[in-house]
Amino acid sequence: MAEVVTLNNPSAKVSSATKPVAGPRGKKPRPLLSPRNIMIYGALLFAAAYYLLPLYVMVVTSLKGMPEIRLGNIFSPPLEITFEPWVKAWATACTGLNCDGLSRGFWNSVRITIPSTVISIAIASINGYALANWRFKGADLFFTILIVGAFIPYQVMIYPIVIVLREMGLYGSLTGLIIVHTIFGMPILTLLFRNYFTALPEELFKAARVDGAGFWTIYFKIMLPMSLPIFVVAMILQVTGIWNDFLFGVVFTRPEYYPMTVQLNNIVNSVQGVKEYNVNMAATILTGAVPLIVYFVSGRLFVRGIAAGAVKG
Amino acid sequence: MTINSVSVRDLSLSFGAVTVLETLNLDVKDGEFLVLLGSSGCGKSTLLNCIAGLLDVSDGQIFIKDKNVTWEEPKDRGIGMVFQSYALYPQMTVEGNLSFGLKVAKLSQAEIDKRVARAAEILQIQPLLKRKPSELSGGQRQRVAIGRALVRDVDVFLFDEPLSNLDAKLRSELRVEIKRLHQSLKNTMIYVTHDQIEALTLADRIAVMKSGVIQQLADPMTIYNFPENLFVAGFIGSPSMNFFRGEIKDRGGRKVVEINGVDFSMDAYPTRGPLEAGRKVVLGVRPEHVRVDEPGEEIHAAVVDIEEPMGADNLLWLKLAGQTISVRIAGARRYAPGKAVKLSFDMSMASVFDAATENRI
Ligand SMILES: Nc1ncnc2c1ncn2[C@@H]1O[C@H](COP(=O)(O)OP(=O)(O)OP(=O)(O)O)[C@@H](O)[C@H]1O
Ligand SMILES: [Mg+2]
Repeated sequence: MAEVVTLNNPSAKVSSATKPVAGPRGKKPRPLLSPRNIMIYGALLFAAAYYLLPLYVMVVTSLKGMPEIRLGNIFSPPLEITFEPWVKAWATACTGLNCDGLSRGFWNSVRITIPSTVISIAIASINGYALANWRFKGADLFFTILIVGAFIPYQVMIYPIVIVLREMGLYGSLTGLIIVHTIFGMPILTLLFRNYFTALPEELFKAARVDGAGFWTIYFKIMLPMSLPIFVVAMILQVTGIWNDFLFGVVFTRPEYYPMTVQLNNIVNSVQGVKEYNVNMAATILTGAVPLIVYFVSGRLFVRGIAAGAVKG
Repeated sequence: MTINSVSVRDLSLSFGAVTVLETLNLDVKDGEFLVLLGSSGCGKSTLLNCIAGLLDVSDGQIFIKDKNVTWEEPKDRGIGMVFQSYALYPQMTVEGNLSFGLKVAKLSQAEIDKRVARAAEILQIQPLLKRKPSELSGGQRQRVAIGRALVRDVDVFLFDEPLSNLDAKLRSELRVEIKRLHQSLKNTMIYVTHDQIEALTLADRIAVMKSGVIQQLADPMTIYNFPENLFVAGFIGSPSMNFFRGEIKDRGGRKVVEINGVDFSMDAYPTRGPLEAGRKVVLGVRPEHVRVDEPGEEIHAAVVDIEEPMGADNLLWLKLAGQTISVRIAGARRYAPGKAVKLSFDMSMASVFDAATENRI
């Protein structure tokens, strides 16, 4: 908990009363229940509860059977834990079209996210490296266009892209969606990589050139090994962004290729039969699990990479 | 026949609208240790980067070993370079750093091992070969950086302020080592610094630069004793040369410089041309060329203002002709502030500059 650090702030000393026996000595005592502490912990607990309560409700609901849910007490823990809703959400829940649960959407999302992430990061990192280190003709113009691209609301571009993909014969396919994700990730990722590479010492690049290394050797042997944090940042941005995407998934693919988010929506909003809250909750958690796991695994690297990339504009 | 190792012809370089170098010419002899000296931002690194091929020149030509390398890649120019920030590849060991360029050049493993071993021996870094740069001290890092230039087996070494990130003690140690390296390898070295001690101690010749123009190119003693213009005179020497604004006067056939009504005889000054009476000049005298309480031709009375004993030397600050001047005397001779003293100038070692052109007369 980083917040504890503030307790050592000199201004906190005001609230501590010490009885001078032989004069103060050593570590200054700090009462736990000073108004200051109550404020800090109170605010933190409130914020934590605010964010965790919905998750709690989702988890307990997903572990209850329908009869128990009908009792209506959403905060009470499950009397009888059942994993039935999870199994159903994954394997047999019905959308309007099919009844094989989220699994179909999950595998679609995997097949969309992995190539999109890998391709977009590979291209953007090379772009950023070229922009930062090789001052080629037209670099500034190229960079400006890219940045402007980042600010155009993408709803504007959806219809033109649909036409382009149709002309290429890729409309409705996974490949088409992967291309779209790769292109839309390009401006922000290129900016991210350019800033990171610009912040690396220029003399390193010069030394490598004197050593005879060319464009690719410097990229693979010098730049890549120093850039793990920024690759993790880019990976997280792309995986979560693409995994959570809904709009592009609906617009650019056919139902059999719908990503997990779209599949989730179709299950939750399915109008047939009774609303199975436990199945819906389980399905939602399953869909959110991938970004969540990515954050937990690489959170520390993420913070480091963001800090490193922010050094230079 | 001595060939020039590096020749720069009419070199110009601009960054957009900013012109950093303009029609610069420089010849570096084979085996010479040339120091580029100048204050920050005067274009020293820019010139060095042009020679290395790391910057594209706007105009002009660069020759290395009489070969026109103006359009060559850095690796094809036969140069090795050492940077201020060491620029060691952080993810590689010392050995990896030394051998990287050789691997890129696809040398045989036996040849690579041989060269790395030789460089490591010369620089005494054998025990460090398996370490990462982050596990080295500043001095060790710079040694490795020098080693990386060494293994390339090149004719010309380029140093860009290699010692300025080190503390004073390490700096003087490595300075001696670089000098020894030059004496044993006999390579051409071009060395950028803004530290005049480094320049004076290391150089065969010094090129003093100011805003992209070489002000004077000469051996250290000439630069120190016979500065070509006011800038060079003021830039070299610590404490700085004493300057007095005055006018040449004719006193019955003998030429003097009159400064605030005080005459300084020019008889002993090695002038380059006639000294016309009425010419406005700047007289420059180094602190060690002022005699205190010694017999001399022209004696001027002065009062000690501040005394700075520095061990071997003793630095006195005095008032003379309405101006503060510094004087360097032997450390054993002590003067209390307020003491009246008699000064005379060693005019044979003085410098006189035209006040308008600032060039030496
Ligand atoms: N990439 C660049 N773009 C624009 N101007 C530059 C660039 N690099 C250098 N300059 C300018 O060129 C001038 C000379 O720079 P240079 O780095 O050669 O100075 P220097 O003599 O090496 O100084 P220092 O002792 O600080 O290293 C400076 O005024 C600097 O602002
Ligand atoms: Mg420099």
